[in-house]
Amino acid sequence: MSAQVMTHQMPGPGRLRKMMTNQRFYRAITGILVFIILWEVGARSEQWAGFAFPWIGLVPPPTAVLGAWSTVFVESSYWMSWLQSFGRVLAGFTAAVLLGVPLGLAMAVSRTFNGLAFPTFEVLRPIPPLAWVPAAIIFWPTQEMAIAFVTFLGAFYTIVINVVGGAKSIDIRYFQAAQSMGSNGADIFRRIILPGVMPSIFLGAAVGMGITWEVVVAAEMISGGGSQIGGTAGGGLGFFIWNSYLGGSYELIVVGMISIGIAGYLCSSTIRKTGTWATPWKRLR
Amino acid sequence: MSAVMNRNTQPSKYGATRGAIQIKNVDKIYDPEGAAVKAVDNCTLDIPAGEICMVVGPSGCGKTTLLNAIAGFHSITSGEITLDGELLCGPGKPQAEPGSDRVVVFQNGALFPWKTNLENVAFGPIVQGKMSKKEAYEKARSLMADAGLGRSERNYPGEISSGVRRRVEIVRALMNDPAVLLLDEPYRALDSLTKSVMHESLLETYYKNKVTIFFITHDLEEAIFLGHRVVIMTSRPCRPKKILEVDIPHPRDYNALTSTRFRELMDETMDAVHEEAVKAFEAGEKEG
Ligand SMILES: Nc1ncnc2c1ncn2[C@@H]1O[C@H](COP(=O)(O)OP(=O)(O)OP(=O)(O)O)[C@@H](O)[C@H]1O
Ligand SMILES: [Mg+2]
Repeated sequence: MSAQVMTHQMPGPGRLRKMMTNQRFYRAITGILVFIILWEVGARSEQWAGFAFPWIGLVPPPTAVLGAWSTVFVESSYWMSWLQSFGRVLAGFTAAVLLGVPLGLAMAVSRTFNGLAFPTFEVLRPIPPLAWVPAAIIFWPTQEMAIAFVTFLGAFYTIVINVVGGAKSIDIRYFQAAQSMGSNGADIFRRIILPGVMPSIFLGAAVGMGITWEVVVAAEMISGGGSQIGGTAGGGLGFFIWNSYLGGSYELIVVGMISIGIAGYLCSSTIRKTGTWATPWKRLR
Repeated sequence: MSAVMNRNTQPSKYGATRGAIQIKNVDKIYDPEGAAVKAVDNCTLDIPAGEICMVVGPSGCGKTTLLNAIAGFHSITSGEITLDGELLCGPGKPQAEPGSDRVVVFQNGALFPWKTNLENVAFGPIVQGKMSKKEAYEKARSLMADAGLGRSERNYPGEISSGVRRRVEIVRALMNDPAVLLLDEPYRALDSLTKSVMHESLLETYYKNKVTIFFITHDLEEAIFLGHRVVIMTSRPCRPKKILEVDIPHPRDYNALTSTRFRELMDETMDAVHEEAVKAFEAGEKEG
């Protein structure tokens, strides 16, 4: 019984120092630097080797990407793309959470509802969100709504499946213990099922968020600038990439790709942080 | 309800006024239309209020089934079970209502991982609406302090050792002021040193608060050391094969383990249990 009480690990000023002395931190930095150097050298192969290396020789070198980035960095249209993509992701994702979590819980709690809803759900689920794009454009009044809908689908299924699975995997002993201490149905829902599925909700949300970004980018590329259909719709980081491709600016394509990488990372790390905050008991193991 | 309870205010021979369990001719058949596994067969057992009743028997014989029937997690097929003269389950009522008068402590523990130990202990009275949150936490704090668990209050169950977890769980059960504690191999996963600490702490708790204890175990030494009686079950379907009175006076401490009487009782139990274990093994061979 030596390890009776462990101390909570608190984030604080000590964490930065720990990171700076951490071997893994330096390994990661070294890895990234080596990657960038290889990329730079490979991308400039035509200049120093006389011929372009296959594949990498056609990619713009990081220095050129950085240069292109610095020019768009001060342009409002670049930031507008960020804003538009973020707006769609957040709208779709929020809707997916608001609808998916209650639906998943209802399917987990009520056998009748599960019997009614699950088959339909399972038939619709394998349809990839992008397959919905044409239909969505037809039956949603604006293109913006169509994109948000497709984005929503990306996260929705994952969230529902995770909530149902999470609720099913709650140990039956917790229910029995709660019953044996006099809990009624509402207590069990609030005090056992909700906290019990909390980790799965965040897991589903994190995975769903990843899918959301994939979907939004593709949908933006497909729907184009929006000028042909509905006025202000269109744009976004996906369209930014597509537009750079059409304009022949390979540097900006890479800028768009990296931007999406950063945006996706920001979103999923926000979810992870929220998850850690909302499930403090999971922090400790 | 209270009328029945009040009738029986004479303390039992263990000095308790509630928690008498009567199991009468109980049968339990799982899946009667299909595989029809008979787990309990015509089981009759009378447990006076405040007794520590230890139940041993071969693996898979039906001990947990019996406990679940008392707890109200499963139905019985026939027979009846009463608590202090009141019907828990029986004719016309196949399954007992789970309730805080019979709190279960599970083999691998069932502290809610998402609640701190203090919140776990305070759980029962809060959901029952018996106490305000503040009162419940206050009582939980004092019970935990009494049990030497004050230091673990703010920790989550995942942060403390399994021995401490088990003690917290027993305190959580006692917080409900139950008439009966139903323990299903609560100390199985513990090492023997921790186990002996658990035993002392359980007895100490029991001496302060005479609840009936229905305690399933595979550990014969544990059974004899703790129990007033040891019920040795037959191989499946289970029913008491032999009931051993442990005539070593309570309060007991670890010196009891080395007494000659203890060894004699061990031998006696071992023989009976071994016989059933062999039967269970042979039955398993046939089925396999
Ligand atoms: N829900 C169930 N459905 C069908 N059969 C079951 C069910 N639960 C238990 N059984 C069977 O009933 C028998 C008794 O099981 P039980 O869990 O009561 O035994 P046990 O004495 O507690 O065993 P152990 O010592 O291993 O815990 C076993 O053969 C088991 O396979
Ligand atoms: Mg068992």
